[in-house]
Amino acid sequence: MATPYAEALEPSATAPARARLQELLPKLVLAPSVLITLVFVYGFIIWTTYLSFTKSRGYPVHQLVGLLQYERVWAQPRWSVALHNLAVFGVLYVVICMFLGLLLAILLDQRIRQEGTLRAIFLYPMAISFIVTGTAWKWMLNPGLGIEKLAHDWGFANFKFDWIVNEDMAIYTLVIAGVWQASGFVMAMFLAGLRGIDQDIIKAASIDGARMLRIYWRIIIPQLRPVFLSSLVILAHLAIKSYDLVVALTGGGPGYATDLPSTFMYTHTFTREQLGMGAASAVMMLLTVAAIMVPFLYSEVRHSRATARE
Amino acid sequence: MEQTWETPVMAQGRRVAWSRVVIYGLLGFFGLVYVLPLVVMLLTSFKHLPEIYAGNMVALPKDWTVEPWIDAWQRACVGLTCNGIKGYFWNSIKMTVLAVLISTAIGLLNGYVLTKWKFKGANVLFGLMLFGCFIPFQIVLIPMATLLGKMGIASSTTGLVFVHVVYGICFTTLYARNYYVAFPDELVKAAMIDGARFFSIFWRILLPNSAPIIIVTVIWQFTNIWNDFLFGASFSTGASAPMTVALNNVVNTSTGERPYNVHMAAAMIAALPTLLVYIFGGRYFVRGLMAGSVKG
Repeated sequence: MATPYAEALEPSATAPARARLQELLPKLVLAPSVLITLVFVYGFIIWTTYLSFTKSRGYPVHQLVGLLQYERVWAQPRWSVALHNLAVFGVLYVVICMFLGLLLAILLDQRIRQEGTLRAIFLYPMAISFIVTGTAWKWMLNPGLGIEKLAHDWGFANFKFDWIVNEDMAIYTLVIAGVWQASGFVMAMFLAGLRGIDQDIIKAASIDGARMLRIYWRIIIPQLRPVFLSSLVILAHLAIKSYDLVVALTGGGPGYATDLPSTFMYTHTFTREQLGMGAASAVMMLLTVAAIMVPFLYSEVRHSRATARE
Repeated sequence: MEQTWETPVMAQGRRVAWSRVVIYGLLGFFGLVYVLPLVVMLLTSFKHLPEIYAGNMVALPKDWTVEPWIDAWQRACVGLTCNGIKGYFWNSIKMTVLAVLISTAIGLLNGYVLTKWKFKGANVLFGLMLFGCFIPFQIVLIPMATLLGKMGIASSTTGLVFVHVVYGICFTTLYARNYYVAFPDELVKAAMIDGARFFSIFWRILLPNSAPIIIVTVIWQFTNIWNDFLFGASFSTGASAPMTVALNNVVNTSTGERPYNVHMAAAMIAALPTLLVYIFGGRYFVRGLMAGSVKG
């Protein structure tokens, strides 16, 4: 009765039982996926949250210890480093990606020859695993083999670029590689936004004698606000989830100078036999991502429903 | 993607020329920077080891060799076994093909139900599923490891296929749903009046018109699953590992003088499938990216 097509079914529905089956069928088809989501997404979230309140170490145990695992996580200097790194990495990654993405999109939007080729070049890092491209980055950042050596070969004998082995600077190599990987994606989003802008307004402004930079600053960029919002949300949640990047580039090192919450979680769960702490850190990651994604998804779904009704 | 929107016209005269120089200069510079890691990988994979240590990273090989590629394929050491990466490559192929096909098929059917057979609460269910696309997977690692162990499919390609299908259907459903929303209801209704049933409507009317979204979904899933590292590293050991995990081992376990050329060749082999997909289906890859990020 709930399907909008129920009335269309009736004329040909010979046996009532068969008709009922037809009506149930859509729900039966969707049911496994819903079940999978309930169990493997929500059920597992509850499971991990439960574990984070237990005494579990090498294997799950059911002895509840309240917030002890959270306290233990927060007492770790390694966790503070991971959080600090996430803040530094996250802010720089999001801001630089958005700036570079917008810049590239605007440049590409100037009726460029070979636009397709350039777009493909800016976007390919997104199509390849960072485990792969990290191999190249590690090599390029290696002081003895990569960029530093190149500069020496070209006669800049005092050039120094050893960030990857420098405890204080290694986190910035993650920013460089991360921006390289994701900025093309942001460019594609901004480019789509730019192509959707009403050209008449721009024409009118340029006839009025407004300079190009001014037109961009005053008219075009403000119209891209929705793109800014979605790329901010996407990038922020990618930053929190970043894992491959660290594994491939620094392995969390030197020492644990480039740990992020994601690598903290993995190490404590799988190599240090601290399931409870691993679970607690995973819960905190989830909460952070949810704080960003839930309002965004909610507004997107509402928005699409509103436009569908029009 | 090839639109011919008029872009803002730069001011007249000499300033035009200068601004063009700046624009092309910047684009060229960034293009070089972006393409550099791939070029370095390729060049290095064709060099002999002494040349790598002596020369610089952007120099063309003086003496081209495919030896590193053969070594990577047949002899590179992954952990303690030195049989190359070929086995892991096939692991990834098997895992990816199966997981892509299953998750895409499920997603298409879900999208069909969610748009053409709407029932009360369908949007809520979709919203619940959608959230699954964005969770940090760290939150499911421990339960999944436990469950795969209990099911007896831990450390197997079957286990990884299962995991990728489970966490892939939210994306495939999202794509199919957003595509079918725009598919005319009238066609479905007309078929119903003609007596067509649930599956025959899907099979005869929607599926033949779904080529674009199938391509987008398959490319997206292929890229994601092939490139996955977290699940592979968490749920596989030894010979059952996918390509990305094996590559990470190759790069990190070599002792003594590091055979960088072999590392780069192995990395290129690992990149090749997704790179080819990107070269030939880049348009659809971008569409998938956008559909996964900006909806509505």
